[in-house]
Amino acid sequence: MATKRTIEVALSTSGLDAEGRPQRVPLVVDGGGSVTTLEAPPALEPELEGEHMLLNLGPQHPATHGVLRLVLELDGETVVRCIPHVGYLHCGFEKIGEYRQYNQIIPWTDREDYLNSPGNNVAFALGAERLFGIDITPRCTVLRVIAMELSRIISHLVWLGTTCIDIGAFTPFLWAFQERERVYNLLEGWVGARLTTSLTRVGGMAADIPDGWMDGLNSFVKTFPKTIAEVDKMVTRNGIWVGRTIGIGAMSADEAVNYGLSGSMVRAAGVAYDVRKDFPYLEYETYDFEVPVGSAGDVYDRFLVRMEELRQSVRILEQASKRLPDGPVNVDDARVILPPKSKATSEMESMIHHFKQVMEGPRPPAGESYVAVESPKGEKGYYMVSDGTSKPVRWRIRPPSYVNLSAIPKMVEGHLLSDVIAINASIDIVMGEIDR
Amino acid sequence: MSAPFSPVLAGHASPEAEAPRTPRNVLHRGGPSNPSAGRIQQRFPDAFVRAEVVWGDTTVFVKPEHVFAVISYLHDDAAEQYDYLSDVTAVEYRDLELPIEMVWHLRSLPHRRFLRLKAQLPKGQPLRIASVWPIYKGADWLERECYDMFGIVFEGHPDLRRILLWEQYKEGFPLRKDFPLRGRFSRSEQLRQALAANPEARYSMEELKIADAFEDLPQDMRRRLAGGEKTGE
Repeated sequence: MATKRTIEVALSTSGLDAEGRPQRVPLVVDGGGSVTTLEAPPALEPELEGEHMLLNLGPQHPATHGVLRLVLELDGETVVRCIPHVGYLHCGFEKIGEYRQYNQIIPWTDREDYLNSPGNNVAFALGAERLFGIDITPRCTVLRVIAMELSRIISHLVWLGTTCIDIGAFTPFLWAFQERERVYNLLEGWVGARLTTSLTRVGGMAADIPDGWMDGLNSFVKTFPKTIAEVDKMVTRNGIWVGRTIGIGAMSADEAVNYGLSGSMVRAAGVAYDVRKDFPYLEYETYDFEVPVGSAGDVYDRFLVRMEELRQSVRILEQASKRLPDGPVNVDDARVILPPKSKATSEMESMIHHFKQVMEGPRPPAGESYVAVESPKGEKGYYMVSDGTSKPVRWRIRPPSYVNLSAIPKMVEGHLLSDVIAINASIDIVMGEIDR
Repeated sequence: MSAPFSPVLAGHASPEAEAPRTPRNVLHRGGPSNPSAGRIQQRFPDAFVRAEVVWGDTTVFVKPEHVFAVISYLHDDAAEQYDYLSDVTAVEYRDLELPIEMVWHLRSLPHRRFLRLKAQLPKGQPLRIASVWPIYKGADWLERECYDMFGIVFEGHPDLRRILLWEQYKEGFPLRKDFPLRGRFSRSEQLRQALAANPEARYSMEELKIADAFEDLPQDMRRRLAGGEKTGE
């Protein structure tokens, strides 16, 4: 007698649900190879005898996106319990920050969430400027918006490519990394560095954009949506992709908020919390863009939300490139901005000023600030406490992917081992940020 | 082709909440205060210490023993609805006489409000505070990190272990001001400990129970683990 196997397959062409998404349709494949759709829910498998198994996943595993270690308790192939271990990359950023002047901390922010270096630089500068009571110039505001959205595109492209590889699609990885290379070329033209940009300074930017840079940005903005559309065509309705992601790792809206999830994780669950909209900075309230929101909170919705965020970032870049005003980039505030080099080498007062600025560093008044931005991973906050000296008493990073990852035991429970990889990829973790 | 995915505009905040704007010309001290501060003072006169507005953010100081009650109220009350815990952390000042401050950053997504809650933990006694994990599940790892870095014990936390540092870490709590930047132990001592650690023994007792692996361990290791010793030592 031919043995019957029940498998779940999502059809990409038929069986759409009310939301217009492909449904998972259970199919029965019998020994003869004929396939029939099963109307009734498949019968439960007979309970098998057996011990639970301990499986160690990571820290050196390519699908853990860094050095994450998950200790899994498996019942057959089903995850019963997940115990995450983090900290393999811990190098004490927050401690080191207490021994550094504000501008000296900026290179450290490059290295925590290293896929989002310009965004971290901007976030840190905004926090430090709040401590100094500085309002940045209009040109600097727009340049920072461009930097933040470019880094969002970089981070989402890396997420897209690596997640596709985790789930078994190789081609989108190459397309995504090709586009990412173009953004890195733009950043290289701007500040000279690609990965660790150190783009900002307290009160301004490390450099203004060079002549002709906007042409490069505009050509990227024009052609990049084509790549998104290609990936969309290739992946979004793909049967394997849909089957691996729909209904996997779902979090309800209330759970997502209670677990402190942010960014695409909480928006996929149906909560339209975006720091750019709810607690705006850099005049994001004046840009016309939309916040994509999912409904099921599963891996598929997180994918859809991030894909749409890429398109919305392009929209913001278009608007920002049109409105970029002329004028100075750095604020006119002698407390934080260095005198021009020509003056520092020719005038006594400027030389002393330059020397004191560099050796002692700017001193904010005693106080504290918590400035959060919408990083690609979620709400990224920098909490700084000053006691009036040139070094912060406390520099705290609120790492979004750390809090997002803390919900992984809840998300993987009851799913298959292979789904752990998909769920972990959908969180979009960067261990540099989690371990700091 | 099926219907395209249609994004909806951010609509989580209730319509009566005022439209948010990028803060400009923020005052160092003073300025508009978060209305929740006044309500905490009215409702918890025993717990309330003081409130101040620093760089636009309202900070409410409460007594450490009342923290859980205040945060429960902020989370549950319909007028407050602080449903989102952004961060839990602590601050130790360079002046070692000053108390350690516990800091909670709370957000009300429906009202678009931000509140900083603080409690001062005096030095010279065990640093203990109530865990807010029963209210916000997101506090789990944030409190574990705070314990790991400052040694503050969160009462009621389900699994208070070190998180970024390893469980056998013996040098203390790195973000305390009396902890030197290079660590307490010399480089040679750190190296000696790293080399002496058994890289195979990296599962906790709890994890070993999963696989019944405890029974398979050598006799001496079983004796050590059963005596309460942590793995890897």
